[in-house]
Amino acid sequence: MLEFDQVSKSYPGGFVALDRVSFKLEKGEMAFLTGHSGAGKSTLLKLISLIERPSVGRVLINEVDLSRIRRPHIPYVRRDIGIIFQNHRLLMNHTVFDNVALPLVIEGFSGKDMVKRVHAALDKVGLLDKVRCLPQTLSGGEQQRVGIARAVVNKPPLLLADEPTGNLDPDLSKDIMRVFEAFNQVGVSVLVATHDLGLVARMKYRTLTLKQGKMINDGLLQYQEDPL
Amino acid sequence: MSILFSGRASSGASAHKISLGRRFVMFWVNHVRQALFSLGELWRTPSASILTIGVLGVSLTLPATLHLLVKNVQQVSDSFTQAAEISLFIKDGTDDRQINSLLKILQADNDITRVTHISKQQALDEFADVSGFGSALTYLTDNPLPDVLLVLPKNTSAGSARQLLERLSKERIVEFGKLDIDWLTRLDAIVSLLRQAVLVIAVLLLGAVLLIIGNTIRLSIMSKKDEIEVMKLVGATDAFIQRPFLYSGVWFGVFGGLLAFLIVEAMLWWLQGAIGSVTSLYDSEFRLMAFSVTEFFSLMLLAVLLGLTGSYLSVRRHISAIEPTGP
Repeated sequence: MLEFDQVSKSYPGGFVALDRVSFKLEKGEMAFLTGHSGAGKSTLLKLISLIERPSVGRVLINEVDLSRIRRPHIPYVRRDIGIIFQNHRLLMNHTVFDNVALPLVIEGFSGKDMVKRVHAALDKVGLLDKVRCLPQTLSGGEQQRVGIARAVVNKPPLLLADEPTGNLDPDLSKDIMRVFEAFNQVGVSVLVATHDLGLVARMKYRTLTLKQGKMINDGLLQYQEDPL
Repeated sequence: MSILFSGRASSGASAHKISLGRRFVMFWVNHVRQALFSLGELWRTPSASILTIGVLGVSLTLPATLHLLVKNVQQVSDSFTQAAEISLFIKDGTDDRQINSLLKILQADNDITRVTHISKQQALDEFADVSGFGSALTYLTDNPLPDVLLVLPKNTSAGSARQLLERLSKERIVEFGKLDIDWLTRLDAIVSLLRQAVLVIAVLLLGAVLLIIGNTIRLSIMSKKDEIEVMKLVGATDAFIQRPFLYSGVWFGVFGGLLAFLIVEAMLWWLQGAIGSVTSLYDSEFRLMAFSVTEFFSLMLLAVLLGLTGSYLSVRRHISAIEPTGP
C-alpha cells in the first residue's frame, strides 16, 4: 500500500529532515509513527501527501511512484488519502455538515448521495447530532472528530493523522484512537504520527520511530518509558 | 478519477450509476449554485464590494457618456446635409427675365436637386421680419439686398459641392457664390477627434478597472488563504478553487455595468430639461438619444468581461501560489 524506499529529504541550508528511511505499510495495516518534534514525522507525512518531494529515494503508494505525479494531478492523489491535522483545520465559518461535505463537493457529489455519506461519516465519529453546529461551538475533541469525519467521508484507502490527539486529554485521546481502530478494521490503512508514547504502547500496534531523520525502530514498542 | 487506486472508481462522482445526462444537468446546477454562493459572499463583505462596484460603475460611466455624446453630435451633423446648399448672389440690376432663364437652366441641371429663388423683396421682408428693424427699414430708399438662388446639389459631399460652386460662379449674371461647407468638414473632424479621445480614455479607464478588480479579488483570496489551503489538502483542483472568485468578478461586472447604466440614465434625465430649452431656442427638433437595447447589452457584456478578466488575472497568479505548508 505505502512504501518508502531509501527516502531522504534535506532542506536548503543543509538540514536533513529524513535520512534514508525505508518501510512498508501493507493494505489494511495500522501503524504509529513516533519521535520527538523535529525528528521528521511531519516531513514524512508531507512526502506522502505531496506537500513536499523527496530529495533522494522513492515514495510509492499502491505501486505508483509519487515522483511521477505531476502538479496538476496532485489533487487527485490527495483525494485517495484522508489527512487528519493536529489543529484539525476546519473551516470555522461553515457548519459541521459543510466541513465534512467539502471533499465530496470537490469530487462532484451532490444531493441525497452526499447527505447520506456525510451523515454516515459523522455517525461513525458519534457527532450526528451536531450536523448543523458551527465548529466554534464544539469542544476540542469534537472538533478533532469532525476533522476525522472529513478525512474519511470519501472512504480513502489510506488514512494519515498528524498528532491527532495533540491537544486532548488521555480519555479523549483513547476515544480518537478507537475511531482509527474502527476504520482500520474495515480495511483502511492507517498511519498515525504521535508523540504520546504511553498511548502507543498501550495500543499494541506496529510502531515506527524516527530520531533525527533516521528510522531507529520498526515493530512493537515494548516499553513504557521513552526509548529515545 | 483515481490515479493511485484504479479499483476506486465507485467511490468517486464518476461512478457508473450517475448517467451522462444527469451529470450534465448537475454541472450546470453546480455552476448556478456557485454563482449564487459568490453573490452571497459579496453580500457578506458589503463595504469592499460596494467600493469595487462603485469604482467599476463610475469608470464605465465616463466612456459610456462620451459614447452617447459622440452619437448625439453625429446625429446633429447628419441633419445638416443642407449645409451643402450653395447660395448664388445675383448681380445688382439684372432683370427678372435673365434670372428666370438661369433658374430654368439650373432646374434642368443633372447635378442639382432643387433650386429656390429668393427675390430682393422676399429677402427684405424676411429680414424685416426676423431682425426686428422692421420700421427702420422703411427709411431705406431702395432695397440693398440682392436676388439669391439657393442651389441644393445632388451630391452633398464637400468636394463635389465645391466643384459645382466653381461651375455656377462662372455664370454671367452671378456676382459670386457661397458654400457653407467648411464648418461641416470641421465638425466632422471634431467628431472623429472626439471619438478617438473617447477610445483612448475608455482604454485607460478599463485598464484601471482591470487592476482594481484584480486587487479586490487578490485581497479576497488572501483573506481566504487558510480555507484555500484546506481545500487543496483535501484534493481540490485549482480550477475548483478559482470558480467562486471568477463568479465574484462576473458579479462585480454585472453590478458595475448596471450602476454605469443608471448613472448615465440619470444624467440624461437631468440634462433633458436643459437641452430642451436650448434646442427650442434654435427651433430644432433635436432629441437626446439614450442607450439602445444593443448598446445596453454591449455595456453589460463589456462590464462582465472586465470583471471576469480582472479576477482571472488575479486568480491565476495567486491561487497557484498558495500551497499548503503542512499537515
